[in-house]
Amino acid sequence: MARRTVQTSEVTEKVKQLCMSASWDLDDDLINALKEGLRIEESPTGKQILEQILENARISRETKLPSCQDTGFAIIFLEIGQDVCLEGGDLTEAVYEGVRQGYGEAYLRKSIVDDPAIDRKNTRDNTPAVIHTEIVNGDRVKIVLAAKGGGSENMSGVAMLKPADGIEGVRKFVVERVKKAGGNPCPPIIVGVGIGGTFEKCALLAKKALLRPLGSHHPDKRYAAFETELLREINASGIGPQGLGGRVTALAVHVETFPCHIASLPAAVNINCHASRHKEAII
Amino acid sequence: MKRVSAPFTDNVVQELRAGDEVLISGVIYAARDAAHKRMVDLLTRGEPMPFDIKGQVIYYAGPTPTRPGEIIGSAGPTTSYRMDPYAPLLIQHGLKGMIGKGQRTEPVVEAMKKFKAVYFAAVGGAGALIARAVRSNKIVAYEELGPEAVRMLEVVDFPVIVAQDCYGGDLFVEGVKKYSRPSP
Repeated sequence: MARRTVQTSEVTEKVKQLCMSASWDLDDDLINALKEGLRIEESPTGKQILEQILENARISRETKLPSCQDTGFAIIFLEIGQDVCLEGGDLTEAVYEGVRQGYGEAYLRKSIVDDPAIDRKNTRDNTPAVIHTEIVNGDRVKIVLAAKGGGSENMSGVAMLKPADGIEGVRKFVVERVKKAGGNPCPPIIVGVGIGGTFEKCALLAKKALLRPLGSHHPDKRYAAFETELLREINASGIGPQGLGGRVTALAVHVETFPCHIASLPAAVNINCHASRHKEAII
Repeated sequence: MKRVSAPFTDNVVQELRAGDEVLISGVIYAARDAAHKRMVDLLTRGEPMPFDIKGQVIYYAGPTPTRPGEIIGSAGPTTSYRMDPYAPLLIQHGLKGMIGKGQRTEPVVEAMKKFKAVYFAAVGGAGALIARAVRSNKIVAYEELGPEAVRMLEVVDFPVIVAQDCYGGDLFVEGVKKYSRPSP
């Protein structure tokens, strides 16, 4: 198969556009899930909060003012076709430059500090980005951006369960994690669950689960049923919008799985606030 | 719906109960993690704060940069528990109100009861909506902190809910209790 050349400057341009549009253009699947939430919410306070969230999304689309002031850490998933030849300079720097330009030109918040535990000095351009790269078949480059807020990320976690804990152990871990998070991660939340793999793999699965269209299901019917059960149990918690009580604590639970070691049952929960901002492009 | 004017007196605080929907107008200060650390360091050393804290309301927020010709960027609340290590000392020095999202921990609740202060929840992730309530925005300290600088905000009808009041009333507890059901 012939090689296809992609200029890294095209990557910069796409990343820039994705960063900008993610901040103000919330996807329709999310808006529809919020509207459904408003329909089923019983708490008057909860209803009022959901109305404000929907009104906020409308204002944000109309004015291109970011829907949330935490415009996030730019997490970039790159799927690079093995028949692609990248030209024109360093790919990582091309991604950073896209983030720099997007966050700069759209007046997005710069939320990254250079050193995590000692200096904590703002890098002032929202770089670096977190980049996850996969080599795949084909001659395209797929770029997926998740603009991830800090509040919901802080409520996430990993558990190295025993195989004997089984699916019940995973259920307990996920529900406890969400209950402990309460109103902190800006419910109604989207819950990404990774099961299997290794310590780092299950965390990545949980993050990738958040990228799925809301309400889509795991291809294995048993896990699809598990997603539905988890959602029901989380929404029976009473946490509700913003943690102030109500029916709608989560809009969706997405589970991703991967084979794992005979000794292990890793599980991860990655929580997304209702301002779930994901955009993708293909070059 | 109650309307209150900031800064607060003890009387205003004492009239608010968990669950009340409130519109705040007046002057409030936006400050978050890094600014709190600095302000508490100043108080601990006995040095003056960047603004007089008595009666004030602090909004836990770090807005997006202001676009040309506008008053403020997107300006929703950030998660409050991260300010919990600092809040009791500020309350002791006269802070009367806090606006954020998520539940406060016991030391903050105790300080709120002892020194009469109130905690409001604003809707997290509603930054474009809340920005409309802001009529002026001025950095008053720590400009070098970027999004974490301390800002004086003039607000009109900022919509909030009393989440935890000065009597120990807690909507996070009461609301969740009211709507929780046995696990299916």
